[in-house]
Amino acid sequence: MQDWPVRIGYFLINLTIVGLYGMLLSGIVARTLAKVQGRIGIPVYQPFIDLLKNLGKRTAVSHGAMFYLGPVFRLAGGIGTLAFVPVLYGSEMFSNFNSAGDLLLAMYFMFFGQLGMAIGAGESGHPFSAIGVARGLGQMTAYEVPFALAIIAIVVQYGSLSINDIVAAQQGGILNWTLFTNPLAVIAAMIAFLGMTGYSPFDVTMAPNEIPIGPPTEYHSSYLAMMTMNRAVFAGAKLILFMDLFFGGATNLVELVIKTWAIYMVAVVVGAAFPRFRVDQSIRFFLRYPTLIGIAAIGYTQAVLLP
Amino acid sequence: MDTQKYALGPLLNEGLSAEDRDLFSDARPVPYEPYPVAVVEKFVNWVRANSLWLLAFGTGCGAVELNPLMTARFDAYRMGVQMRPTPRQSSVFIIGGYASVKTLKRIIRSYEQMQGPKFVVCLGICPINGGMYWDSYNTVNKFDEYLPVDLYITGCMPRPEVLMAGVLELKKKIMEGRADGANRYVENFDWYKANQKRVIKDWNMPDYNW
Repeated sequence: MQDWPVRIGYFLINLTIVGLYGMLLSGIVARTLAKVQGRIGIPVYQPFIDLLKNLGKRTAVSHGAMFYLGPVFRLAGGIGTLAFVPVLYGSEMFSNFNSAGDLLLAMYFMFFGQLGMAIGAGESGHPFSAIGVARGLGQMTAYEVPFALAIIAIVVQYGSLSINDIVAAQQGGILNWTLFTNPLAVIAAMIAFLGMTGYSPFDVTMAPNEIPIGPPTEYHSSYLAMMTMNRAVFAGAKLILFMDLFFGGATNLVELVIKTWAIYMVAVVVGAAFPRFRVDQSIRFFLRYPTLIGIAAIGYTQAVLLP
Repeated sequence: MDTQKYALGPLLNEGLSAEDRDLFSDARPVPYEPYPVAVVEKFVNWVRANSLWLLAFGTGCGAVELNPLMTARFDAYRMGVQMRPTPRQSSVFIIGGYASVKTLKRIIRSYEQMQGPKFVVCLGICPINGGMYWDSYNTVNKFDEYLPVDLYITGCMPRPEVLMAGVLELKKKIMEGRADGANRYVENFDWYKANQKRVIKDWNMPDYNW
């Protein structure tokens, strides 16, 4: 155990790397989707320019204290998720603040940002924000069910709530990954992941062209820049969490980039191929087959893997 | 800059009823200064020019020319242009053709809600001199009297290629720091407001929509 200033320094390095990677990933994804539509698309560095532009805006108006705190909570949720997820397995520098039970903390932080954002967007007073928040929280509650069931299944399987222990148990060959030892849990969690990323068909929260852009309708200038930063960090943290839990973790940065990119591409390919669900369809979808698959995963773990 | 000019006191918000007046801000908009370091201002101007977020508000017949801009044929995304559905996040307002008095009220509301620096591009001949609507009873002829315009793209209707050329021209202007319409609006606020109130008879909104 090293002293705290060093660990915090390491964490800031992690945060920078994951943030930059997340921003770059969003540029790559936008370009990929443009190719699907037969366009050239934005330059890959466009998200960075947009971020700087929003930071460089000269004016900003506020709608109250919670309006300020909404993006702050959101960013805290993103950073908090990353803080408890080991980025690289077996590396002192990239291990972050993981300890026993950090899986629960990471799950909590994933929820926390959304709730903070909901209160902040609610105070902006825009009707589309309120609609977007209601949709987002409804859908989040729905996809948390298969995700939580999948997590329960692998926690039972590995007998630990520490992400580091779960990664350690998957080392030593591709067949030790959760993907092959407990495929039902991975299927349930990956379907929940589609909902988390917010691409089609589960983009009812932002719903471009429908409720203009949902919760952040009133956010602008540096508020919006903060939310863009969070989107990058949070996307990176989620991808790393999924990689750690289901795809054997990573021992170096190249492996990390390849695996997280591949996981993200699942959501992008599905998003490019399917149109948007209606709200009721989206919520009911998660509560049907993914939930059943999640329950089956727990049963499979109990009946087959544990004895 | 003349500081006396802005010490004019709060806005009166006379268009609002007495009980509504408390709900709206009566603060005057203030002009903004460029960043003190010239290099920083230059860099930020480059960033602004390469991230133009258009307000997706079709204000006239010319708005149909905006849609092809984002499709595979013209693909304005590669020039950093994006459509934003909310005035809070957008920086470019394209007045698509004639502005009727009814729309002008919404244009003013949306424009004032945009965060600076913000740019107005007028599309077509109508906002310049009225075009074929010059003697119409419900359209404004010289749009420049109601909101500050940074760039005109003339034609009836200009094709998307011309619109793209206009976007490139606007970029050049922003990079040179000449697109300061938002400051002109604030500096001549009372003149613009008087012009707006002259044509909009049912003025039932605050004097500045924060």
